[in-house]
Amino acid sequence: MSSETQVPGRALPVTDLSLVVLIGSTGSGKSSFARKHFKPTEVLSSDFFRGLVADDENDQSASGDAFDVLHYIAGKRLAAGRLTVVDATNVQTESRRQLVQIARQHDVLPIAIVLDVPEAVCAERNARREDRAGMPRRVIQRHQRELRRSLRGLEREGFRKVHILRGVEEIEGASITIEKRYNDLTHLTGPFDIIGDIHGCRSELDTLLGKLGYADGMHPEGRTAVFVGDLVDRGPDSPGVLRRVMSMVKSGNALCVPGNHENKFGRYLKGRNVQHTHGLAETIEQMDGESEEFKAEVREFIDGLVSHYVLDEGKLVVCHAGLPEKYHGRTSGRVRSHALYGDTTGETDEFGLPVRYPWAEDYRGRAAVVYGHTPVPTASWVNNTICLDTGAVFGGKLTALRWPERELVEVPAEKVWYEPVKPLASEAPGGHEGRPLDLADVYGRRIVETGEHGRVSVREENAAAALEVMSRFAVDPRLVPYLPPTMAPTATSQVEGYLEHPAEAFAQYAADGVERVVCEEKHMGSRAVALVCRDAAAARERFGVDGPTGSLYTRTGRPFFSDPAVTEEILGRLRAAVGEAGLWEELGTDWVLLDAELLPWSLKASGLLRTQYAAVGAAAGAVFPGAVAALEAAVARGVDAGELLTRQRERAADASAFTDAYRRYCWTTDGLEGVRLAPFQILAVQGRSMAAVPHDEQLALLDRLVAADASGLLQTTRRLYVDTGSPESVQAGVDWWLEMTGRGGEGMVVKPLGALVRDGKRRLVQPGIKCRGREYLRIIYGAEYTRPSNLERLRRRFLGHKRSLALREYALGVEALSRLGAGEPLWRVHEAVFAVLALESEPVDPRL
Amino acid sequence: MFLTISTTGTPDRPASDLGFLLHKHPDKAQSFGTAQGRAHVLYPEANDDRCTAALLLEIDPVALVRKGKGKGRGGAPDAALAQYVNDRPYAASSLLAVALSSVFKSALRGVCPARPDLVGRPLPLRIEVPALPARGGPDLVTKLFEPLGWQVTAEPVPLDTQFPEWGASRYVRLVLEGDLVLAEALRHLYVLLPVLDDAKHYWVSPDEVDKLLRAGEGWLAEHPEHKLITSRYLARRWSLTREAMERLELVRLADLDELEVEQVDNAVDEQTDTEDKPVPLALQRRDAIIEALKASGAHRVLDLGCGQGQLVQALLKDVSFTEIVGVDVSMRALTIAARRLKLERMGERQASRVQLFQGSLAYTDKRLKGYDAAVLSEVIEHLDLPRLPALEYAVFGSARPTTVLVTTPNVEYNVRWESLPAGHARHGDHRFEWTREEFRAWADKVAERHGYAVEFKPVGPDDPEVGPPTQMAVFTIAENTSTENTSTESISTESTRTESTRTTKGEQA
Repeated sequence: MSSETQVPGRALPVTDLSLVVLIGSTGSGKSSFARKHFKPTEVLSSDFFRGLVADDENDQSASGDAFDVLHYIAGKRLAAGRLTVVDATNVQTESRRQLVQIARQHDVLPIAIVLDVPEAVCAERNARREDRAGMPRRVIQRHQRELRRSLRGLEREGFRKVHILRGVEEIEGASITIEKRYNDLTHLTGPFDIIGDIHGCRSELDTLLGKLGYADGMHPEGRTAVFVGDLVDRGPDSPGVLRRVMSMVKSGNALCVPGNHENKFGRYLKGRNVQHTHGLAETIEQMDGESEEFKAEVREFIDGLVSHYVLDEGKLVVCHAGLPEKYHGRTSGRVRSHALYGDTTGETDEFGLPVRYPWAEDYRGRAAVVYGHTPVPTASWVNNTICLDTGAVFGGKLTALRWPERELVEVPAEKVWYEPVKPLASEAPGGHEGRPLDLADVYGRRIVETGEHGRVSVREENAAAALEVMSRFAVDPRLVPYLPPTMAPTATSQVEGYLEHPAEAFAQYAADGVERVVCEEKHMGSRAVALVCRDAAAARERFGVDGPTGSLYTRTGRPFFSDPAVTEEILGRLRAAVGEAGLWEELGTDWVLLDAELLPWSLKASGLLRTQYAAVGAAAGAVFPGAVAALEAAVARGVDAGELLTRQRERAADASAFTDAYRRYCWTTDGLEGVRLAPFQILAVQGRSMAAVPHDEQLALLDRLVAADASGLLQTTRRLYVDTGSPESVQAGVDWWLEMTGRGGEGMVVKPLGALVRDGKRRLVQPGIKCRGREYLRIIYGAEYTRPSNLERLRRRFLGHKRSLALREYALGVEALSRLGAGEPLWRVHEAVFAVLALESEPVDPRL
Repeated sequence: MFLTISTTGTPDRPASDLGFLLHKHPDKAQSFGTAQGRAHVLYPEANDDRCTAALLLEIDPVALVRKGKGKGRGGAPDAALAQYVNDRPYAASSLLAVALSSVFKSALRGVCPARPDLVGRPLPLRIEVPALPARGGPDLVTKLFEPLGWQVTAEPVPLDTQFPEWGASRYVRLVLEGDLVLAEALRHLYVLLPVLDDAKHYWVSPDEVDKLLRAGEGWLAEHPEHKLITSRYLARRWSLTREAMERLELVRLADLDELEVEQVDNAVDEQTDTEDKPVPLALQRRDAIIEALKASGAHRVLDLGCGQGQLVQALLKDVSFTEIVGVDVSMRALTIAARRLKLERMGERQASRVQLFQGSLAYTDKRLKGYDAAVLSEVIEHLDLPRLPALEYAVFGSARPTTVLVTTPNVEYNVRWESLPAGHARHGDHRFEWTREEFRAWADKVAERHGYAVEFKPVGPDDPEVGPPTQMAVFTIAENTSTENTSTESISTESTRTESTRTTKGEQA
């Protein structure tokens, strides 16, 4: 690409991000040239650096150090993406080699501009300069000789543009034209429809384009199609696909980046010797009937493809095999290679295929990267990247992404056009979305990034405990997309006889600036999460499981019922209610994830009830009658034990109140007869997390669900709305709680009406505060906790750690839901879910 | 907690002499501080005909709880919630035995300076303990007290009269009647109350053996149940070490599901298949595994689900195994395995051959790649069936050792176990047990899907009708699977890549 410019006034194209190397002997006017055409900060002059390190711009002995610093700064500028001009003689191959190396290191183009000025002119100029007047003539002569020798080989040295300016006149007349990089299409804002790997599936492509709204290669709303490459090979009609794509690109309706298959096919078309493997043979055969003219067009098309594009003001990067952020907008063989082939670990998997380095898992870049190359069963976002190769040619589907809408549009493959070497999905959890869960996703000391609460860390010992429980007892992780967080109780009450009282909860929310709260009845049962799919097909499609239509699990992810048939029976009833209430359509989903309480408590806690709660009641019930009778007899004899007797009577009453307390939460069930489920939040549905939906809207939906349930399974959650700023409203809340707990209710949870709420300092407020009833707390603090001497000591409890834990777990739960809602792969959802379980094993007073 | 001691008498041998023997005046209520509360002694009746002494121990439930560290984590306590709702304030446990021995110290020793004549004389005694925790139920209570000369009434206390279906509690109302020397009677209670309670318990002093010998003097050695009494009494010492090993993280997760920690931290049973008493079938299994490993020529071996490390220990004895890795999901198992192997005291050369680490076959794990062989001995049946595909992929798809050995019980053989009730699994944590046909079907499918060949071998006596007790599958990776693909794909990728770098010339991006 060298231009032997003869005509004065010729413009020299210079790429906007490049390393411009000026080449010319001393006195050839490089510094003047640089000053004239570039910003002073863009120019790194060797003279200047000699001055910096040696106080003398002409001290040749300082050259080594000066170039060290110059190269260092050039590197920093290029890393930051800034055009850089090196003003030094650069007449020696070695000095240029170092600069080309620096350009390559930073994946920018090296450009050479040669100032070829006659020796006499140089000498005359130097003579006029006081500091160079003494320079021997032979220095200039040597420079000139070296320059001559260099001229022919500059391209071979790696310079991608070489401009040679001969003579003073030409130099004076030249101008610099800054050109954008070919891959820089930041000015194009679309909207785009980015289309995954086609591999000759022309019919599917036509169907997809039709579904996207294109007619005859044009979109009526002026959208632009972007092809991620691998148009050809394996499939039935690669020429047809090429014809379609080429015409769309030509007419300006589409952009296209090359895939590795185009690259290889292009080399074949140029007559290179390539193996006809991986579906190339099919393409060659299909091209047989095509005209030489078409073949030439294809060759030219492939030759002109740019490895990746930066689009939409830098918000979008499209390439074939994915690209780390440091390569975005860069230009080098390495970048091109990465864009076409991706990175591999050097290992091969059980199918003999190279193991791809999971670059997307490390990606933290600002731009969304949309790519293809690696067939995945379903396209899903990972760290703002998405792979659209959904294996159309292998019988999967052809997928497009609407940008900026971020909607996926798919058409299924018409058949398996080409037998895959390895199945698209493995059966292990996560396999249906690309890769199964890996221990590194959850194990050891870890930090999970949450959208709502920053980085949440998990300690190793807690992850170890969670690993054991999750592995040995939990439901298939695909069906555990959420675990409920812990909840902090209200600040300790000073009201006589009470440890907890709602006044403190209302006051805390008022202080947090939360004006409106909802009080929700606490159903004393067992916390349950229900994932309800519309049918087995939806469960397979969305969660990758074959058989179950959902799950019903505890706070540690255990199944509630060991018999899957019972779970299915409950899911069936839920499903019927969701359908009857019209929520599938209204929420646009084929599954719902519900947070609920399963009643009665005795259903799941029966073991603990027998060994612990009822046992304590039984022991107390057996011991007190005799003890009180003995004391009464002693007192009747005149023994001074009146006080002791009174106290035992009180203790007996406490113990009996304790028995009453747990009995309220127990009843006999027979199969599902007597089992109730009280849903209080819809956590997520297809395509979105519902965590931020205000609680009144949530409850309105759930009321309809409960009303639509004909089976008697579902139970409503009673609630009262309170204005924390209104004393009357607060009093009404307190009265409601007193009335409810007076009748033996567990208590209530006070939540900010707006669900996901922040305080004046933008900190997350507690998502809920529990206020437990006075009688209920006997189950927690023991039968005799209300005795004044006990209560006084129990009031010294510390809530700080519990509150912090509640917030961290809540943030993780919300994170899991938003990843689930955004359709992220299982390992991303599971990472957050697992962290909730791990945090639940942190030490905290279990009575809180 | 409460008990009464009654006796009857006549004017010349008044029942109220009981007061002398107990060193407690019948007309006074006396109270004594104990470690966990206050003990009170008083007499509901005390005359010539009848005299009853009552011991009432008031436990302070708030002080009872174990203390943790730090604000909010402790200062308040931090282990299982269960300990706060505790039967200790009501039931006659070791706490009552301790109170008994301190309040009636002299009586227990049979010392009565005021009336030495009373000491050795048997009295018509009636002892009532209204709430005695009795593991083993009324039958065991009778077996323990009857040989000592007591007439025993032990009535089970119902758990909750409102829920008769819950059945009886672990408490009995105990009445002992008989003519015995008071000191002996007290010593019986002192030893047998905690033995019956059998709670893994706390406040045990290190000189427990001495105490048992002293309190058991004259009766324990001859007692037909002395072995059970001794082992239960001293087991409480063992429980101290167990408590030290208790993993609080798991305790908390059990709590979250309202389960007892034993229902969660139950991956290994330290009492079975010990070095002293190996289970014969387990030995045969290990022999069969080692033989199969040697036949496969494996040197670097994974023991996936190594449990207490029995196989790792056996493999270490054979120098042809140069690297042995034990993996288990249970930290308790790994701790026990490390102790069994004496890992900390092992010489460097030996130690360099062995590694133990936590892992889970529900996840793929890079650390498991590249081994010659993996053993899954009695592992798969501890997984819920729906989670088995994850294990298959983690082992056969991801780790991909050359050889995989899988052993699992043959459920058909269960009819040959005399002690096993029909229809019961061999182990509480077995989620399934397979017939030979089911196992083969599974193994064939796995082998086909992941490119292995599989053979089956019996372990233990191969019964002509029901087969062997243990079945083993030996998977060997198929030599030619996709190796061709490997080379072509990787080579072609490499070559295209170099070429592509060359061809970038003349093109900017």
